[in-house]
Amino acid sequence: MNISEAAQEMLEKLWLEIVEDKKGFIDVKKLGNTNVVKELAKTRCITKSDNRVRFTPKGRNESRKIIRRHRLAERLLHDVLEVGEDEMESAACKFEHIISEGVEESICTLLGHPKICPHGKPMPQGKCCRERKKITERIVSSLSELKKGQYGKIVYILTKNHKNLQKLLGMGVLPGMTVEIIQRYPSHVFQIGQTQIAVDTDIANDIYVRII
Amino acid sequence: MGLSMKRTKTTSKKIKEESKHQCHGPVSENIEGLEKIVLIGNPNVGKSLIFNKLTGAYVTVSNYPGTTVTIDKGKCKIDGKYYGVIDSPGMYSLIPITEEERIAKFILLKERPKIVLHVIDAKNLERMLPLSLQLIEAGLPVIVVVNMMDEAKELGIKIDFIDLEKRLGVPTVPMVATTGEGINKLMGKLKRYSLKNKRQITFNKFIESSVKEIESCLKRDYSISKRAISLLLLQKDDDTIRMVKEEEGKRYGRINIIIETLLQNYSHPLSYIIKLRLQREANKIISTSMINVDIKKHTIKEKISRAMISPITGIPILFVILYFGLYQFVGVFGAGTLVDLIEGTLFGDKINPILTDFVRDNIPFESIQDLIVGEYGLVTLGVTYAIAIIFPIVGTFFLAFSIIEDTGYLPRLSLLIDRLFKKIGLSGRAVIPMVLGLGCDTMATMVTRTQETKRERVIATLLLALAVPCSAQLGVIFAILSGQPLALFVWFIVIMFNFVLIGFLAAKILPGDKPSFYMELPPLRLPKISNVLTKTYTRMVWYFKEIFPLFIIASVLIWSFQLVGLFKYILKGLYPVVNLLGLPDEAAKAFLFGFFRRDYGAAGLFEIQNSLTMVQLTVAAVTLTLFVPCIAQLMIMIKERGLKTALLMFFFVLFYAFAIGMVLNQILLVLGVGL
Repeated sequence: MNISEAAQEMLEKLWLEIVEDKKGFIDVKKLGNTNVVKELAKTRCITKSDNRVRFTPKGRNESRKIIRRHRLAERLLHDVLEVGEDEMESAACKFEHIISEGVEESICTLLGHPKICPHGKPMPQGKCCRERKKITERIVSSLSELKKGQYGKIVYILTKNHKNLQKLLGMGVLPGMTVEIIQRYPSHVFQIGQTQIAVDTDIANDIYVRII
Repeated sequence: MGLSMKRTKTTSKKIKEESKHQCHGPVSENIEGLEKIVLIGNPNVGKSLIFNKLTGAYVTVSNYPGTTVTIDKGKCKIDGKYYGVIDSPGMYSLIPITEEERIAKFILLKERPKIVLHVIDAKNLERMLPLSLQLIEAGLPVIVVVNMMDEAKELGIKIDFIDLEKRLGVPTVPMVATTGEGINKLMGKLKRYSLKNKRQITFNKFIESSVKEIESCLKRDYSISKRAISLLLLQKDDDTIRMVKEEEGKRYGRINIIIETLLQNYSHPLSYIIKLRLQREANKIISTSMINVDIKKHTIKEKISRAMISPITGIPILFVILYFGLYQFVGVFGAGTLVDLIEGTLFGDKINPILTDFVRDNIPFESIQDLIVGEYGLVTLGVTYAIAIIFPIVGTFFLAFSIIEDTGYLPRLSLLIDRLFKKIGLSGRAVIPMVLGLGCDTMATMVTRTQETKRERVIATLLLALAVPCSAQLGVIFAILSGQPLALFVWFIVIMFNFVLIGFLAAKILPGDKPSFYMELPPLRLPKISNVLTKTYTRMVWYFKEIFPLFIIASVLIWSFQLVGLFKYILKGLYPVVNLLGLPDEAAKAFLFGFFRRDYGAAGLFEIQNSLTMVQLTVAAVTLTLFVPCIAQLMIMIKERGLKTALLMFFFVLFYAFAIGMVLNQILLVLGVGL
């Protein structure tokens, strides 16, 4: 679908407020730029009643895709290109508009189908995530999928499961550290510094590493 | 890791061989009113060894008030002045996950220590320093003890202590606790200690401004800096929140608003953000004060370790260890040779006849005579049992267990078996109580504390009560069924089947989260004989202190039941039940006594074995193994799990054991198995 970049930006904003903050609607006055609102209404992305702006299913789907592209771009910049936080944000804003659907899937797969963005917000899942196509070439992957003898640098840890996170933090398993996979069955064993640590698959799934 | 039970780690009055330095107090262990030195650090960094060296191991072990976690306390003399030394449970961070970590934190915050010794592993500075930084940040009087310098050196790690001390801003001491190297240096630093650490790590501006705001709301006096309290609040540490709520009352409402406002800007928990920042600081320190040549060698130890954790080689290794360590050493040597020697020769032929004659000749009333030397007398049953049977069996078991424990094998076994244990609602962590249960279910029930969730503790307790036979019981059952491999096989299969089935069902029924498994693997080590003996000794002491009185009570109970004739009625009531199992009336006695001492039931069976068919013996052995835990175990179950849960388990096990016995009897009869 062809909508302007400004309209795409606005869809992102709507997604954050309406979906992630679970507000359901947003006051039209908060949106400002009326031209863009008009464009979104015309392309049937939003509906407007009593000054309340809501998503149409189409608009919701569209903004979900944009958010996904934005956050994938962030991940790519953060995990692989190791771009600093400030730069990452502005670069991601440009990236999101030029990533096509096919490219999006390749990036997602390379990054091991990430579940959160670098800020910890949820990553909308794509078709590729659900199918989890196994491809050999990837750069980032969850620790549970690494093979014995592979090395990786931890790029991030899923922070949703608080207890698992605390355990990993406690043992000093943190982003930036290099791990070597010693064994993956029956438990995942990896070496970090001079210590070997064993975890179950649940916890190993929460650790994302860049393969080196 | 909670591998070795805290209470037994250091409790012995260890030989005073290392008493070069003037560091222990008189045997009186009361440390009330003394200024405190607290040892703190990750599990497996050698805290307890350093504690021993400081106190000379004149130690009391006590429960931390209101909890079941035990801690070691001792005394130490520095510059003519006595200090109380506390060895806290292993702790990974100031935000605790396990009960033990919580206690460690409480000790830090509540005891207002004069000095905190943070013991860290020289091989893993990178992972250990963040906690040091956190403690220093909190304004605690920290000395950082860098232990295992010898192992670090082997790996090519060099540490510049002058630089490290300068950068941390607190005293640091290199140490090899196993040999005592560095203890004198530590004593020197303790002598000269004065609090002056003022190191402060700055977080990003949002966090810093929130911290300032919270600080200004904290009006009460705390044992750690207000900054540290504020940071803990931001990390949503439950205990700190509770404490501040209590102390500040209404002001907490304001604090909460500050916290929630800040948290809105973050999708990651703040504990993650703060830990990352601490780690960055630690890395900065390491970058100048540590050189890692990284000697990469696959040592023979590493090869053995990998063989142990890979299923193909690990499972055979497990069986070898079980066969030699458990079956040959404990079963054949301990329960066979030693028991024959002590019970048969020493007590049976020498002590008991002499004593019996003496009592019968000198004490007037027959009932009193019986109390002492009768069939179930204090000496003939209670003391004989404890010394002649328990001592050799449990002693050899604890010896084998301590050796296995000190090699570092148990964490490896845990990870090997975690997947299987998950199916029965437990994690690999439960390996320790389960293996220990083969020695003594009572002690194992206590050790279920190390399990992470209540759900796991309940399942582990139930399985121990039902389907894990203790060493004393195993000894007798092996004796009865020996020479009948098929019967032994049936027994083994039925017990295993029930272990898995009940675990599986309990996991299905009990609410709560799935268990999770994470464990640090300590390096494999050759166990030190002195440490193994100390551990075995302290476990034995514990065993006799806790269990021995119960045997005496059991003897008195049986005796008084007999005196008033109550026994007969209970036995009569049991006849129909044992008949249902296809067993003769005499077997009832075995079941009744089985409650007082688990193996005695089996021993009762031993007496009448000649009059039983093999099917009957197999059914009886299975039922007795599953049958209710002994009286000591029941008491501990009540203490650990509460009266209601314990009684529920008790009655469940009671009925279940008989039900399985009945079913098994029918199956064996129908199949016409010619056992």
